[in-house]
Amino acid sequence: MVDVPLGPIGTAPSPATEDVELYHPHSWVTKYVFSQDAKIIAIQYSFVALTVGLIALVLSWLMRLQLGFPGVFTFIDANAYYQFITMHGMMMVVYVLTALFLGGFGNYLIPLMVGARDMVFPYLNMLSFWVYLLAVLILVASFFAPGGPTGAGWTLYPPQAIMSGTPGGQDWGIVLMLVSLMVFIIGFTMGGLNYVVTVLQARARGMTLMRMPLTVWGIFTASFMALLAFPALFVGAVMMLFDRALGTSFFMPAIVEMGQTLDRSGGSPLLFQHLFWFFGHPEVYIVALPAFGIVSDLISTHARRNIFGYRMMVWALLAIGALSFVVWAHHMYVSGMNPYFGFFFATTTLIIAIPTAIKVYNWILTLWRGDIHLNVPMLFALAFIVTFLNGGLTGLFLGNVVVDVPLSDTMFVVAHFHMVMGVAPILVIFGAIYHWYPKVTGRMLNDTLGKLHFWVTFLGAYAIFFPMHYLGLMGVPRRYHEIGEMAFVPPSAHTLNAFITIVALIVGAVQLVFVFNLFWSLRHGRPSGGNPWRATTLEWQTPETPPPHGNWGKELPVVYRWAYDYSVPGAAEDFLPQNQPNAQATAGLAHG
Amino acid sequence: MAVALILVLIALGSVAFHLWSPWWWTPIASNWSYIDTTIVITFWITGAVFVAVVLFMAYCVYRFRHRQGQQAHYEPESKRLELWLTVITGVGVAAMLTPGLFVWHQFISVPEDATDIEILGQQWQWSFRLPGPDGKLGTTDARLISPDNPLGLSREDQSGQDDVIVEGGELRLPIGKPVKALLRSVDVIHNFYVPEIRAKMDLVPGQVSYIWFTPTRTGTFEILCAELCGLGHSQMRGTVVVQEQKDYQTWLQGQASRSFARLSPDAQ
Repeated sequence: MVDVPLGPIGTAPSPATEDVELYHPHSWVTKYVFSQDAKIIAIQYSFVALTVGLIALVLSWLMRLQLGFPGVFTFIDANAYYQFITMHGMMMVVYVLTALFLGGFGNYLIPLMVGARDMVFPYLNMLSFWVYLLAVLILVASFFAPGGPTGAGWTLYPPQAIMSGTPGGQDWGIVLMLVSLMVFIIGFTMGGLNYVVTVLQARARGMTLMRMPLTVWGIFTASFMALLAFPALFVGAVMMLFDRALGTSFFMPAIVEMGQTLDRSGGSPLLFQHLFWFFGHPEVYIVALPAFGIVSDLISTHARRNIFGYRMMVWALLAIGALSFVVWAHHMYVSGMNPYFGFFFATTTLIIAIPTAIKVYNWILTLWRGDIHLNVPMLFALAFIVTFLNGGLTGLFLGNVVVDVPLSDTMFVVAHFHMVMGVAPILVIFGAIYHWYPKVTGRMLNDTLGKLHFWVTFLGAYAIFFPMHYLGLMGVPRRYHEIGEMAFVPPSAHTLNAFITIVALIVGAVQLVFVFNLFWSLRHGRPSGGNPWRATTLEWQTPETPPPHGNWGKELPVVYRWAYDYSVPGAAEDFLPQNQPNAQATAGLAHG
Repeated sequence: MAVALILVLIALGSVAFHLWSPWWWTPIASNWSYIDTTIVITFWITGAVFVAVVLFMAYCVYRFRHRQGQQAHYEPESKRLELWLTVITGVGVAAMLTPGLFVWHQFISVPEDATDIEILGQQWQWSFRLPGPDGKLGTTDARLISPDNPLGLSREDQSGQDDVIVEGGELRLPIGKPVKALLRSVDVIHNFYVPEIRAKMDLVPGQVSYIWFTPTRTGTFEILCAELCGLGHSQMRGTVVVQEQKDYQTWLQGQASRSFARLSPDAQ
């Protein structure tokens, strides 16, 4: 794999391609606002997603204040509390993590890493962002709508999601949520098709699939999965909207609400859960796979060592992607579905642990015998391994059907999924921003602020979510506005809750240091040059930094090697860029 | 160095927290100690993996930290090592899954001698129905619910006439006798959860789900709703009172006045 001969390349057309098909902006507006350049679109996506992330962060503060100090903040009543948790969850999962990994990192990195001038459908790409922004605006508008946003929980389970006992159920909240999701999916589909087709069709000469950086593999697989998974959510949203607005009964059986018999019958609440989780479980991996890919590249670059077991890493990504479509009902072990499903879904769920474990092994084996530079991106990558490992292992509790029974719907679940798909991917996002910021701006982020941000975020997040598992093990249920008096909950548990809240406030506050760093370094950061990390992948080899429209100047790069030629024995430098021909490399490459 | 040390502290600190923190499950009050056993097995296996991986990371970060003149080892892959790790992981997963599925089979197989009871959820309270002298529960339909028939029992079904109806939150059960709880909701999804019993299951409108368990200890235990059911979710509480057999029988005989036929006379 490492030393693939370059035979076929000789017959390909000249790399000096005219960029006639690329759209060139003519004004400031078409260059920076209605831009068709994937790099600008990436920044737009990232900026909006990070802004939504800050809103979601404030919402998490508010809900933690209520849990840590119940009754002190009287404005957080049950109504507000359920609205906060719902909006926090949906924002983080869909509008922050999905949008940032695919719309943000996908747009910036795919064309640069595969050696293309841009996405293959630039106009569609632009529309994708604006439709995403519209979805965000609709979602945020629900804060100002009569009745406020929906408080149905991010899973939006009917019947309660559209009934009067739930905030926003009979007001605008749930309607705006469903419409916003539908708009988001429309926008994502435009972007997702772009990412997939660009990877398949627009790679530079010599960039075989098995030479692609794992970042591209992760984003590519996740985009493909999202194109298959989001339609299930879309139809679920349409059907619930019909139930809510037109009085249909897709999800509504015969119901007596507060003594009143509703005019509904024959629907199935479980049908929605199947649709939701057929989307919802792949969604976990839609967030995780780009993080897997990116973290592989961070570790390899900063450990100056090839990623260990590259081929296995690619197959593991694909295996996880495929398996994630047959595990969805592990979210429904105690839902009242046919209990015999438990055998099947527990088995598939635990099998998925095997390719996932292989990835963890290969990350740590990349560290082994490396030359580890503890730069800020590397610190975040190491923290990712710890938190992802922790969250992945607690997944073995929840996936194993009967073990899930006492833990389901408790704080154990909250701790698990925050560790595995909240903290871990967000640490990767931070690491990736510290890593690629120099390419985007030409300047380094401040290192001291970066380390402060890192240590408080990592240790704080661990201190929040690790003890929380034990509250759940004790039996403290999730989604409780007030735990109140429970005979089995000792006073020390309330102290723990207050501790978690205080740490959460600190971790939240330190994100302002990060935001400050982002803006401050724009002007005052140390100039980075084109390849500050001495990395091999194509985005670091652009003629100019930041890369201009069209990325590569006159000639597209030609790829001669895989993405991980670090510390090749006998080479002059400890990295060989992917576009460096064999001839220029020091002779005597001894492979494998 | 500092990074390696902190990684070691995280691994050891997590184990110490697990062993010595005051937060652990509540003493069990049902036959599902098998579930506790599978949790303990899972804790041991996953804990060992967590500690091993994090300590290995700490070792690598210390041993292979960047120093002047150091070069990383170039080795794209090692089929043997990867195969071994895959096999070992597979064995570990099987060691957790096998007992898990075994216990799950018990969990869903209701014993012959279990008594049927009904647990009904509505926003935001619990109601219960116990079979009368005939030992059978009558059929129900949510559309029959009315002020004098709050659980929606069918008036035609004779086996429902002697059913004992308990509204508002206290379920009594005899110790040592398996019960099959039939779970029903009339409005939104709820979840019957008693931490000491370990079992839990959703109550879904439009269908009947079930769990079974055998109370193994007398006492009063709290029922929580564990599925978000609207604004009153965290106030939806009830109690299970587990009694000695004879105390329970005495109580049950006193409940004849709470049979469906007596409560809703026009059922006759």
